Amino acid sequence: MNATIRPLMGSVTTVVIGAGQAGLAMSACLSERDIAHVVLERGEVANSWRKERWDSLRLLTPRWQSRLPGHRYQGNDPDGYMDMPELVGFMTDYASSIRAPVYKGVNVTEVCAGDQGYRVVTDQGEWRCRTLVLATGAYNIPVVPELAAGLPAHLATHTTQNYRNPGQLSEGGVMVVGASATGLQLAREIQRSGREVTLAVGEHVRMPRNYRGKDILWWMDRIGLMDERYDEVEDLNRARRLPSAQLAGGDEDLDLNSLTAQGVKLVGRLSGVRDGVAQFSGSLNNVCRLADLKMKRLLTGVDQWAQDSAMVAGSSEIEQMQATRMDENPRLQMDLNSGEIDTVVWATGFRPDYSWLRVPVLDAKGRLRHDGGVVDAPGLYAMGLPFMRRRKSGFLDGVADDARDISDHLSAYVRRRPARKQRCVTGAARWVTG
Amino acid sequence: MNMHTKITDNGVDVAALIGAKEAFVGAPEAAQFDWRASCEWMNGTHSRASVQGYFGLGEEQQHKREFIFDADHPEVFAAEDNGATPVEYVLVGLASCLTAGVASVAQYRNIQLNSVTATVSGNMDVRGILGMDSDVRNGFNSIDVEFHIDADASAEDIEALVAQSQKRSAVFDVIANPTNIRVSTK
Repeated sequence: MNATIRPLMGSVTTVVIGAGQAGLAMSACLSERDIAHVVLERGEVANSWRKERWDSLRLLTPRWQSRLPGHRYQGNDPDGYMDMPELVGFMTDYASSIRAPVYKGVNVTEVCAGDQGYRVVTDQGEWRCRTLVLATGAYNIPVVPELAAGLPAHLATHTTQNYRNPGQLSEGGVMVVGASATGLQLAREIQRSGREVTLAVGEHVRMPRNYRGKDILWWMDRIGLMDERYDEVEDLNRARRLPSAQLAGGDEDLDLNSLTAQGVKLVGRLSGVRDGVAQFSGSLNNVCRLADLKMKRLLTGVDQWAQDSAMVAGSSEIEQMQATRMDENPRLQMDLNSGEIDTVVWATGFRPDYSWLRVPVLDAKGRLRHDGGVVDAPGLYAMGLPFMRRRKSGFLDGVADDARDISDHLSAYVRRRPARKQRCVTGAARWVTG
Repeated sequence: MNMHTKITDNGVDVAALIGAKEAFVGAPEAAQFDWRASCEWMNGTHSRASVQGYFGLGEEQQHKREFIFDADHPEVFAAEDNGATPVEYVLVGLASCLTAGVASVAQYRNIQLNSVTATVSGNMDVRGILGMDSDVRNGFNSIDVEFHIDADASAEDIEALVAQSQKRSAVFDVIANPTNIRVSTK
């Protein structure tokens, strides 16, 4: 990596914060539209993927579903799944190929409204911009439920941000809390490591990895589900909060049945801790039934589409999925002082960090107020949030269409009301990565 | 300590309860009870539940008569208010269970009750059941029970009565601790 001239501060039309897939896709689209910009990155390109995920993680989406503006997977295993080193390489190549003006190792400490737009204060100086794109993602701070405060102090706890592999954990039993893709993946590998795993299961989304000979995400892409728009979906709030589907980047199905076959014990949602006793909700049966029904609805949609479409009609048989199996009377309590478990792993999701954002655009619950990524403040935009504009918005494959839409909006905004004194930063244009 | 000089009558047949306990030692299966209610939709949010048969002591049993409970929602929910709301029935269950417990424990401890009243309130944020905010739970945030007891006993003994009644209360346990629920459609 080398650079010619590198101003650490200045004035530019657009600042993009974050050099993950969302920030880079945005950079590509802004360059196409001749919008002068810089991309500020606290670490390196694809920083969260490098530093804040577990060792065995592979992308949930097949390699071919990595269609970024001006870049796609070119290798010879498009149906496989990238591990983190490969993904980081893919994104680094992307940043170079689009000549993204990325300023690495720059921590944004404060963003506030300025004369003609925004002031972006960093640990290395201040940027002024007319428009600002928040591409910092939705997965910054692990969410840990309040009841965690009641856990006995001798239990070790990990979040999915600092968990790396089972070797980190002591030899005893482990409770994994959360039944999203993450929770199930960690339950599987921890149980395989010889530790007894209890998995606390609340509402979840079940999907088979493959259905009728194709990746389920191939079907969802083909049917148009991934392109479903935020202003068309019935309950947007719910859609945005939906836990990630129970999938893993690999050929094996990952569902509750595969885990119980392995010896993982299922309990209901962790609903409380009282006097050192964990209490599990009696709703396990209900949440599993709901997930089975919703999966069936999805697969019936696939079957319907396959029937209507000449291309794949009759190419493979309709598959029947097994109902989720569980004990008739799932366990409701666990004495956390009995030695049954030594460790709790919270796979209970993430939330975005906007602690540096001093622009009044957060709602009472601390969520960004935006309409499909157009934030409720002139010239301020978001990128890369779950279901931001489409079902696929939070996926690597989903940022391209959003970046085009958002950069169109941004470009029209800049050109409709030109600032009195528009200056382009010199360094951005000459920034060279290599 | 049993004080034979004092005759306590709270209307609870302690001897019968003690007899039942002894019988269950030899025949624990007789202690298995199934409590039942059936509920029929009337109109809107109005439903009518009835209670009559139950299983216990190894066989089908019947209440002396059928008890009927109308449940509905009040007019502020744009409903017709044909009965108490289902959550109010939960409060009724808790209050009457604890009150029965107070009477039984008092009888057993030879404490004469003169009057017992309990008021129960449950706090709820209805944005939960309206699906407006997934961080808000559907059920009660908390439940408060306040007893006013006039009895021939010290304040401390009355306090102990109330504590013991919670310890042995079915409804207190149902609310305070998780229960597996299986719902099916036939």
